[in-house]
Amino acid sequence: MTELLERETRVDAAAGVIDCDIHPNPKGPHGVLPYLPERWQEHLKRFGSHYRQPFASSLPYPRFGDGNRLDTKLPDGGYGGSDLGFMQKQHLDGRGIAHGILQPLSPNAQSQRNLAYAAALSEAVNAWQLDAWVDPEPRLRASLVVPQEDAQASARMIEKNAGDRRFIQVALCPRAFEPLGRQRYWPIFDAAAEAGLPIGLHVGGFSGYADSGSGWASYYLEDHHSNTESMMALVTSLVLEGVFEAFPTLKIVLIEGGFVWLPSLAWRLDKHWKTLKAEVPHLRRAPSEYIRQHFWYTTQPIDEPAKPQHMRETMEWVGLDRILFSTDYPHWDYDDPATALNRIRLSAEERHGILRGNAQALFGFD
Amino acid sequence: MTLGGIDCDIHPSLRSTADLQPYLHGYWAEMIPMRTMGLLDLASYPPMNPLTARDDWRHEGGRGGVELAAVQRDCLDAFGSRIAICNVLYGGQACYNDDMAAAMCSATNDWLAAEWLAKDTRLRGSILLPWESPELAVAEIERLKDDERFVQVMVLCMGEKPLGRRTYWPIWEACEKAGLPVCVHAGSTYRHAPTTIGYGSFFLEDYVAQSQTFGAQVASFVTEGVFEKYAGLKVVLAESGFTWLPSFMWRLDKTWRGLRSEVPWTSRPPFEMVRDHIRLTLQPVDAPDEGDALARVIDQLGSDEMLLFSTDYPHHQFDGQAAMPDGIPASLRRKLLLDNPLATYPRLQEVMA
Repeated sequence: MTELLERETRVDAAAGVIDCDIHPNPKGPHGVLPYLPERWQEHLKRFGSHYRQPFASSLPYPRFGDGNRLDTKLPDGGYGGSDLGFMQKQHLDGRGIAHGILQPLSPNAQSQRNLAYAAALSEAVNAWQLDAWVDPEPRLRASLVVPQEDAQASARMIEKNAGDRRFIQVALCPRAFEPLGRQRYWPIFDAAAEAGLPIGLHVGGFSGYADSGSGWASYYLEDHHSNTESMMALVTSLVLEGVFEAFPTLKIVLIEGGFVWLPSLAWRLDKHWKTLKAEVPHLRRAPSEYIRQHFWYTTQPIDEPAKPQHMRETMEWVGLDRILFSTDYPHWDYDDPATALNRIRLSAEERHGILRGNAQALFGFD
Repeated sequence: MTLGGIDCDIHPSLRSTADLQPYLHGYWAEMIPMRTMGLLDLASYPPMNPLTARDDWRHEGGRGGVELAAVQRDCLDAFGSRIAICNVLYGGQACYNDDMAAAMCSATNDWLAAEWLAKDTRLRGSILLPWESPELAVAEIERLKDDERFVQVMVLCMGEKPLGRRTYWPIWEACEKAGLPVCVHAGSTYRHAPTTIGYGSFFLEDYVAQSQTFGAQVASFVTEGVFEKYAGLKVVLAESGFTWLPSFMWRLDKTWRGLRSEVPWTSRPPFEMVRDHIRLTLQPVDAPDEGDALARVIDQLGSDEMLLFSTDYPHHQFDGQAAMPDGIPASLRRKLLLDNPLATYPRLQEVMA
C-alpha cells in the first residue's frame, strides 16, 4: 500500500526560486529520434547506447520504482518529467520556480563510447531541449551537452552556440574516461571560458572505473553515495592539473554532488600540498584558494546532520555565496524549496541568496 | 604533551626484500631471491617521496624507519610513547599470486616479530594479511593469533573488492574470535584506479583520494551488515585522516534513510553503527592549524571515543614534536593517548594492568 504523505508547505512565490537541477525526460527511448540525422536514427534503433557498464538498457544499479517521485508520473502513466504541461503545473507554478536549468541525463551523450554517435546525440539532445522545453517555456534554460571525450568537437559545439542565451552552461559528466582536469579536456575549458559559460557537472556518467578505489560496491545505496567521492576526485583533478592557472575566468558548478565534504577536502589538499608542492610547481596558490574562487555547488540532496549548527558552520566554510538551490525534479530524492532549508539558521538575505540571488549572480538570467 | 601515550601507527621499514630471506621457507626461500623482487616498496609509498619520511627522520640510504636505534630515539623516546603499534608497509600484500603474497606476508610478520617486537618491549605489531585469499589470510591469523605482541591484523585501504563483501567474512570471523581488531591502512594494491573517475597524474592526487576510498570502505562494512554479523568486530582506519568522516556520514545516513529497504539487515543509522565499530588514528590531521575548525570537526564526530593517538612516524605529517595539534581539546587528549587505544585493543589492556 502506498500512502502519500500530505504536508502543508508554504512557497514564497515572491522569492522566485531559481532551480538549478531539473530533469527533462524524453517521451520514451526514442524521444530524441526526430532530432537525429537519418544515419544516426538507424544507429539508435539498431544499436542504441554503448556505455562502459554491463546492461544494454538499464542503469548498473537498479533503482527503486522508476527512480522518480511517485506523484510525478503523468496521468496517462507516462514517465515523470516527460511532459512540459505537467511539469509547469506541478513544479514551476506549484513551487514558485522563476527560472529552471535543465539537466538532460538520458540518453547520456557524454558517456557514449562511439564518439561520432556521441557528437550526433549531443546535437540531438540540445535541439530537443530547445524545441520541447525552452522555446515553449521561457522560465527554462538548457545545458549545452557536448561529446566530452572528443574535446575538439566539444569546443566547436561550444563556439557555435556561444551567443545563444538559451544555453546557460556547458554540461559535462563527472565520471569521464579520464579525470577531467587532464589536458586532453582543456579545449572544452578554453571554449567555455571564451564563451563565458560555466561548466555544469551533474553527478553521473560511466567512466568504466569502479565506484570505489577498492572495487565495485554491491548496493545502489553505496553507488549513489559514491557520486560525492567522484566530485572530490574531480575537484582535486581540476585544481592540481592547473586548469585554473590556464583558464582564470572558468567557473565550475557541481550539481547533486553536495558540498559538505568540501571543507575537509580543501584542508586535506592544502596540508599535503605543502609537503608535495614540488610535484605541482605550476600551482601558484594553495589548492583551497582556487576552490574558493572557481566552484559553485547545488543544494539537493541537502545534508541533514543531527545538529543543524553543523550544517551552518559547514556552509560558512564553503561560502554562503557559492550555494545554489536545486530540487532534482522529478527524482525520488527531490528537495522542496519550501522546506529543504528550514532546519538551517539563515538570515533572510542568506536564504534569498541560496534560493535565487547566487544563481542570478552566476548565470545572469535575462 | 604525548608522554606515556599509545602510538597507534608507526612504520618500521625493510631495506629490501633481502631482509626477509631468513624468514622465508622451502620453495619461497629459493624463488623470491631468484625472481626480480629486490625492492617491493608499494607505489603508494615510494621511499624518497617527501611524504614517506620526514627529512630529519631519514637515515643512511635515505630511507626512514629502517634502524631500530633511530626509531627508538626519534619516535619512541622523543614522543614518550609507552606502546607503539608497527604497521609495516611493504609489497607482500600487493602480490597477485596468492601463495606468493601469503609467503611474503608471513615472512614480514616473522621479521617484525624477531627484529623489532623482540628487541623493544614497547613495540606491538599488526599481522599483515594476504587478504585477497581469505583461506590463506585465516591461516595466517591462526598461525600468529597466540602471539600477544600482535594486537590487530592489517589490510590496505584499496584492494580488489570493498571489504564488507561476503568474500572476506571468514577473515572477519577469525578476527572477532581471536579478539583482533582489523586495521585498514592507507595504501593501494592498485587493482583499481584510485578514484571513481580514473587515474590522476600526481602522487599528491592519489594520496588525497585515499580518504574517499576509506569512506567507501566504511559504507561497505555498514551496508553489507558486517557489524550486524560480527558484533564484536572493531575496524581501525589508519592514516586515513578523519576530518572527512562527519560529512561523509551525514550523507550516508540520509541515503540510508531513503534506501534502507535495499539493506534490510541494517538495524541502525550508519553513523550510530560507525561510532560503535570504527576507530581512526590521529595523523594526518587534515585541518588548518589556526582557528577552531578542528574542535568543530571533533564535535561533529559526536563521540570522544573514535580517535586514537598516532604519529605516523616516519611519514611527514607534521614538523618537530607537534603530533598532538593544539586544536585538539585538552579534555580529549588523555582519551586519545590512552583510554581509546586501550578500549580498542583488548591485548593492550593486560599489558597496562
